[in-house]
Amino acid sequence: MNRHTWIALGSGVIFGLGLAISQMIDPEKVLAFLDVAGQWDPSLVFVMIGALLVMGIAWRLQTRGVQVDAHARKLSIPGHGIDRSLVIGALVFGVGWGLVGYCPGPAIASLALFSLEAFVFVAAMLAGMQLFHYWRGTGAG
Amino acid sequence: MTEFTPWSALLGGGLIGLASGILLLLSGRVAGVSGIAGGMLRPEPGTVGWRPAFLLGLVIGVWVFGALGGNLDSIRVAAGWPALVIGGLLVGFGTQLGGGCTSGHGVSGISRFSARSIAATVLFMTSAGVTVYVARHVLGGGA
Repeated sequence: MNRHTWIALGSGVIFGLGLAISQMIDPEKVLAFLDVAGQWDPSLVFVMIGALLVMGIAWRLQTRGVQVDAHARKLSIPGHGIDRSLVIGALVFGVGWGLVGYCPGPAIASLALFSLEAFVFVAAMLAGMQLFHYWRGTGAG
Repeated sequence: MTEFTPWSALLGGGLIGLASGILLLLSGRVAGVSGIAGGMLRPEPGTVGWRPAFLLGLVIGVWVFGALGGNLDSIRVAAGWPALVIGGLLVGFGTQLGGGCTSGHGVSGISRFSARSIAATVLFMTSAGVTVYVARHVLGGGA
């Protein structure tokens, strides 16, 4: 394993721990946040606040050219503006998120619980991703 | 009904930000989970190892939480099989078409004030909220 594999593993572990502590991996908690008209639980607003504060600092370090690691690759951020793909894709994703309460990170992290529901959801999610790439003609086969 | 838990939410969110920051500053990569998972389906030479390592890390992180005494027993998925399959397909397709999810657009994008990511986040939060409203209060009779 090279160094970037270890960095990704470590980052993933901290990310997964954050998803568990914040209860993002509990679909009931997520749906209670999305259910503004019901018994609304605003807890997940605080997940966003915590994540944005820390990540905001990381971006400042990055854009100021702070060389934390000389081996890091040159960052490329895909940007096509706010186009039709972005709008439709985001709306479609939201419907799926609202149906179950899983977005991609918590769904994959939930495989740790060996729940059949998480496996079914992740399998369907990967199929949906593959379907997109066939449709776009960018699939690897 | 769930309990309001601002402090654990803030701490967990901080860790998610820390993990994203580590990946950005040490590897120069954006921690967007849908992009990382989608990229595994069409691997580029030389960038194969880090994606499964990050996703495996997510799973290990939950185990670490359990080992530290965190409660995972109360987690239940209320959705039935049709919703799981349809929801999964929509999340997979939508995140690839829209170029990100709650982590890529919601955390990494908004924190660098990307207009594209702010728009995506507002849109998926709105359609998710509308979906929950329709499922619970229109079709579900206010459950």
